[in-house]
Amino acid sequence: MDWITTVDHKKIAILYLWAGGLFFGIGGLEAILIRIQLIKPMNTFLDAQTFNELITMHGTTMIFLGVMPVIFALMNAVIPLQIGARDVAFPFLNSLGFWTFLFGGLLLNLSWVMGGAPDAGWTAYTPLSSTGYSPSHGVDFYTIGLQIAGLGTLIGGINFLATIITMRAPGMSFMRMPMFAWATFITSAIILFAFPAVTVGLVLLTFDRILDANFFNVAGGGNPVLWQHIFWIFGHPEVYILILPAFGIISEVIPTFSRKRLFGYSSMVFATILIAFLGFMVWAHHMFTTGLGPVANALFSVSTMLIAVPTGIKIFNWLFTMWGGQVRFTTPNLFAAGFIPTFTMGGVTGVMLASAPADFQFHDTYFVVAHFHYVIVGGLVLGLFAGLHYWWPKMFGRMLSESLGKWTFWTFIIGFHLTFFVQHFLGLMGMQRRVFTYLPNQQFDTLNLVSTVGAFLMGVGMIIFLVNVFLTSRRPADAPDDPWEDGRTLEWTIPSPPPEYNFKQTPLVRGLDAFWKEKMAGHKAMTPAEPVGPIHMPSATILPFLMSVGIFIAGLGFMFSRDEFSSGIMSFLFNNYIVTALGLLITFGSMLMRSLFDDHGWHIEPEELEGR
Amino acid sequence: MMKTWQAGKRLLPMTAALGLLLAGCGREDLSVLRPQGPVAESSYGLMKLSITIMIVVLLIVFSIAAYVWIRFRRKKDQDEIPKQVEGSFKLEVLWTVIPLILVIVLAIPTVKVVFAAGNDHSDDKDAIKVKVTGHQYWWEFEYTDYGITTAQDLIIPTGKHIAFELSTKDVLHSFWVPSLAGKMDTNPDGTVNRFSFSAPNEGVYRGKCAELCGPSHGFMEFKVKSVSGEAFDKWVASMKAPESVMPEDPVLAEKFKSQCLSCHAIGSMPASPVAPSLTGIGSRESVAGILLNDDTREDGAPVLENLKTWLHDPQSVKPGNKMPSPKDMGLSDEEIDGIAEYLAGYTLD
Ligand code: HEM
Ligand SMILES: [Cu+2]
Repeated sequence: MDWITTVDHKKIAILYLWAGGLFFGIGGLEAILIRIQLIKPMNTFLDAQTFNELITMHGTTMIFLGVMPVIFALMNAVIPLQIGARDVAFPFLNSLGFWTFLFGGLLLNLSWVMGGAPDAGWTAYTPLSSTGYSPSHGVDFYTIGLQIAGLGTLIGGINFLATIITMRAPGMSFMRMPMFAWATFITSAIILFAFPAVTVGLVLLTFDRILDANFFNVAGGGNPVLWQHIFWIFGHPEVYILILPAFGIISEVIPTFSRKRLFGYSSMVFATILIAFLGFMVWAHHMFTTGLGPVANALFSVSTMLIAVPTGIKIFNWLFTMWGGQVRFTTPNLFAAGFIPTFTMGGVTGVMLASAPADFQFHDTYFVVAHFHYVIVGGLVLGLFAGLHYWWPKMFGRMLSESLGKWTFWTFIIGFHLTFFVQHFLGLMGMQRRVFTYLPNQQFDTLNLVSTVGAFLMGVGMIIFLVNVFLTSRRPADAPDDPWEDGRTLEWTIPSPPPEYNFKQTPLVRGLDAFWKEKMAGHKAMTPAEPVGPIHMPSATILPFLMSVGIFIAGLGFMFSRDEFSSGIMSFLFNNYIVTALGLLITFGSMLMRSLFDDHGWHIEPEELEGR
Repeated sequence: MMKTWQAGKRLLPMTAALGLLLAGCGREDLSVLRPQGPVAESSYGLMKLSITIMIVVLLIVFSIAAYVWIRFRRKKDQDEIPKQVEGSFKLEVLWTVIPLILVIVLAIPTVKVVFAAGNDHSDDKDAIKVKVTGHQYWWEFEYTDYGITTAQDLIIPTGKHIAFELSTKDVLHSFWVPSLAGKMDTNPDGTVNRFSFSAPNEGVYRGKCAELCGPSHGFMEFKVKSVSGEAFDKWVASMKAPESVMPEDPVLAEKFKSQCLSCHAIGSMPASPVAPSLTGIGSRESVAGILLNDDTREDGAPVLENLKTWLHDPQSVKPGNKMPSPKDMGLSDEEIDGIAEYLAGYTLD
């Protein structure tokens, strides 16, 4: 109950972590099944339809439900602490964001047991995703599930924007903000602009499918290529929503374990902003083969290549952060170290893809599969692992085992390169992507086998991580405030895990790497910016949970509103939009409750603070 | 600009070495790395240039990384605080400018080739014009200048430009012959995509559909058969005046007509939009695009056997395809074999 009603950002972080872990596990299982099917030519382990459902759900789950919540988990756990705040700007909304995300994700995965998962690829290109070619409810689960989950993401993004703009501790100007906070800020801004685009797309597709609208239907005057534009206007920025937080994490981990400040801080900030900006300018590089014509292809080629410039700035800045430092290979830093070359490899294949005439050959082949796994898994997932191992003691008060952590790292990264490096060659040798099997004698066999073996090794790495988490959870919570000893930012100045109110007194920030600065001045703690006083806390509430349940029910009701049911009652309930209305009633009812009954929260009094 | 070109030239030796290395990769009739025509060559040229530049970048990053990891590893009881360096304007400008130059080196030839690739030869009198139509899961090729239509096998004369017009009857597909040219989508919205390639050498090249189009997307293959000019003319002639002999057995002929020709076409019948034309199917490279008619290879089989495999259970060959099973249409096993034999014997010339 405590968990369902909490509005504390630290607990919500843990909820995000669990939910993300769950979906990541599902997506991982899907990946393993896909790789088993591709282990040899003409394999019959899975049939074609199931395979297409698996690739669709794997991609969708991983991107929207697997890595995004883990990113949100870290942001929630860390951002208020890093900027010296007591919570996020809107704790109620924070909880609402989590629950809508979770129920959206659950809805999407229900498709497995309710008559067929989506099968049109995670990009859901029309007309394949229209009812004409995908008649099961699969794609409805996709459109409606993602709308609900996307709502959560959008709420989260807005919340972080407001938090970072308004709640920084005194003295923390923007240019004194830790890189992870910067990354979160820019990421949230991208979310704010990109998610509405996909939501509109999903709404239009839902209308096409459920209400017979004609947005993408040629026969009705619609345009299927429009879907591709809408999808990628969101989809390309989305990849930066994913990678910028990883950049942020790496920019925290490397300085800490090099005992040096981040090299070229201001150029890092500038590069982050530039990447976000360019990220919106290049969506059509996913569509070179759609037939946009040479002018568009040339423009999008060149603008895409330009992204390599700010990305390069970042990589060299990280390398030169270590230069002259004292590099310590703890588990988090191992992951950060693995990140640099791996991500760079993904970046350079990105530049290769950006060359349109070459992309005519690369596009929709395993070369692209290799590229985006290098950036998403080799970049983001390694970054998340670095971040999780780094902040775990702060989140849970327990250090993860270093030796198991190192095993996780080595099995995972070796497995990763085995899996994906060879896929570059598969693509160049003529293997298209999204094929449920391939004919023999095309010289694809050995490389696919290697790839599958690698996938299993990655799975082993994941299992070691879970074992590590399990064993750690049974040890006493005795992590020190500053467990890595060289912590530079504010989160390391308070206990692990932090008390509910984070900071007894808001700290005064005197420079970049505020804590490090105090340490160098010989202080053990931050100078407070305020006297000890009562701390205002928001009250726990179940309303966000109820609102999300309501949307979930409404979604299901809408989806089945035109189905024939064997039982008359069911038909009556669904076909007359009664279920939909009921769901909306719950949601709007909860909203009404929220607005009618003022909740002023409560206070922690100074005596209580001192009593601890 | 002179400078960047020189930088490009300096990369040439490595490009050449890489080219040799990569050329070992894959089948000649399939691999992007073993281009068999000028269009694939030009993509390949860009690929070699970009791989070379990118390997240089990787080598630099890897060596700096290895150096800092080894050189600046924290030693036992090393405890002094390293100097907190703010950054370095010069260095940061350096690694902004160098990538920028590398990008320019790649961008210039890219833009050139983009515009060259826009050359679709659609108003070239000398080019062979072919209308390609994608269907779930087969390919139709209409030679507009000759008034003939075929499926699965695209026959082209060597050395001539083939000007394509691409479209689809259902979902998106993407027309791809890796060893001859990059891919191009077939769009359902009435816009026709155009492009062109040519094959200087005789041979059979493997083509694929590269855009997810349903369960059998992976099986939506086709063959491009490049033949001499005379052979091509002969093929066209025999396609234009095809003797569409029916099966000898009148009962079988009747069945074939009523059950099969309701969707398929043979000989001089107008091509049907729902099923591949069967004209001369006995001399095609494959049945259904994927069953290879070549009994000298281990993954091939005689055309007769392939036809029987297909006709006895089309769904097991290509899941989700739109042809009803002949068994369900009331044909007996003998009749199916009879039709297979007839089709296997239905060759051109
Ligand atoms: C230097 C940076 C990068 C460049 C120049 C670049 C370029 C490209 C290009 C041109 C494509 C289209 C390829 C095609 O479909 O033919 C592509 C695909 C993709 N990229 Fe990147 N990319 C870069 C970094 C990233 C990052 C940081 C991520 C994610 C964290 C990412 C994720 C993806 C994904 C998911 C796809 C494939 C989408 C799909 O078709 O399903 N890329 N990239
Ligand atoms: Cu296809």
